[in-house]
Amino acid sequence: MKPPPFEYHAPFTVVEALRILETHSNARVLAGGQSLMPMLNMRIASPDHLVDINRIAGLTGIREEGAWVTIGSMTRQREIEFSPLVRARLPLLAEAITWVGHRQTRNRGTVGGSLCHLDPSAEQPTVAMALDAVVEIAGPRGQREMSMRDFAVDVMTSALAPTEILTAVRMNAWSARHGWAFLEFARRHGDFAIVSVAVLVELDGQQRISRLSLTLGGVCRTPFRLRASEQALTGMQGDGIDLAPARRECDGLDAMSDPQVPAWYRRRVAFTLLTRAIPVAIERARRGRNPR
Amino acid sequence: MSTESAREITLTVNGTRCTRTVPVRKLLADFLREDLRLTGTHLGCEHGVCGACTVIVDGVSARSCLMLAVQADGSCVETVEGLAATDEGKTTLHPLQQAFWDRHGLQCGFCTPGILMSLQELLRNSPSPSEEDVRLTLSGHLCRCTGYQNIVAATMDAAATLRGDRG
Repeated sequence: MKPPPFEYHAPFTVVEALRILETHSNARVLAGGQSLMPMLNMRIASPDHLVDINRIAGLTGIREEGAWVTIGSMTRQREIEFSPLVRARLPLLAEAITWVGHRQTRNRGTVGGSLCHLDPSAEQPTVAMALDAVVEIAGPRGQREMSMRDFAVDVMTSALAPTEILTAVRMNAWSARHGWAFLEFARRHGDFAIVSVAVLVELDGQQRISRLSLTLGGVCRTPFRLRASEQALTGMQGDGIDLAPARRECDGLDAMSDPQVPAWYRRRVAFTLLTRAIPVAIERARRGRNPR
Repeated sequence: MSTESAREITLTVNGTRCTRTVPVRKLLADFLREDLRLTGTHLGCEHGVCGACTVIVDGVSARSCLMLAVQADGSCVETVEGLAATDEGKTTLHPLQQAFWDRHGLQCGFCTPGILMSLQELLRNSPSPSEEDVRLTLSGHLCRCTGYQNIVAATMDAAATLRGDRG
């Protein structure tokens, strides 16, 4: 058998799951299994206890609450892909989700699993960072909330304690007239992105940028907001925008490096994708096309 | 851990209910092949990349190498063995299988069972897929000998047959 031996738990409630996590050491939560199962098969992960949360009711679903869209942690990527609410309120997520793996993996993979796994090149954490998401966490001392910025600590490392479970993620929906774009570069579709970019923009009555969110995935150790560029570009005319500030910020990034993809290449691809994505987002904002 | 932890599971595979006791760490793919002797489901990479082990679980395609058999407890699983119809000892290929045969949609055939199950899901949900839809579905599978062109052609043929556009 491929996975190493473990004890298997399949609780029906969050309370039960939390009790198991608190009373057993070296336990791992199994969500959709599209990252943890390969790690078990390759024996990169060897938990003594596997806590399968697939049978817990109430951790799934997508709901709108004012300016926020709350997505249950065990909501499958498939459900996000086909959700009219996501398409209308979080078109960036709708666009990004089709870049996540393949049909066959999106059918089981979950948003919460991806956020907790926190692969630097994964799409969902990048979108969560772009949309100033708030994660909802259940633990032995009750519920707590955290911004995505604080949640993403390092490569594949979240702020989640071993005794806690991510229960939902709240994403901040932008105005009906915002523009968006998600682009990524990978060797083959469905592969891990070498670089991805998420862009959100709002224009004022004079077609000037009034609000901007620029996020890179796959470049730094966690999804990275280009806050200096966001600030520098806000107030500029959307038409023929000068992206020099973004080039400068990309050039100075502390990018990851490996034998296939050196840091200078990631920085260059990041800026190139921005030059493609930003005009798309601006054009969509100008057309004010509300997909609803 | 000295003793192997095991559980009893009951699931429906290709319409037949079965109950078995399985080690909790056994993959669904290995359960289908070893315990049920349904060796049509193939294992390639065993980490979710190649798609050879794709089966349908409760109506949606899934990698059976990325699921534990215990997770399928209570589920309905469909494998490639469930595609062809057998009546009084006579086997009739599923239109997808027939189209693969007619269009040379396979060569060594190793990847074929998984591809057939993904395409079965596609054609159930979209009876008139575009070639682009077919290619997107195929992007979750690796075939190293035939190439994908004939697979796309076979799928378009099968879709037409299933719609009743031709005999």
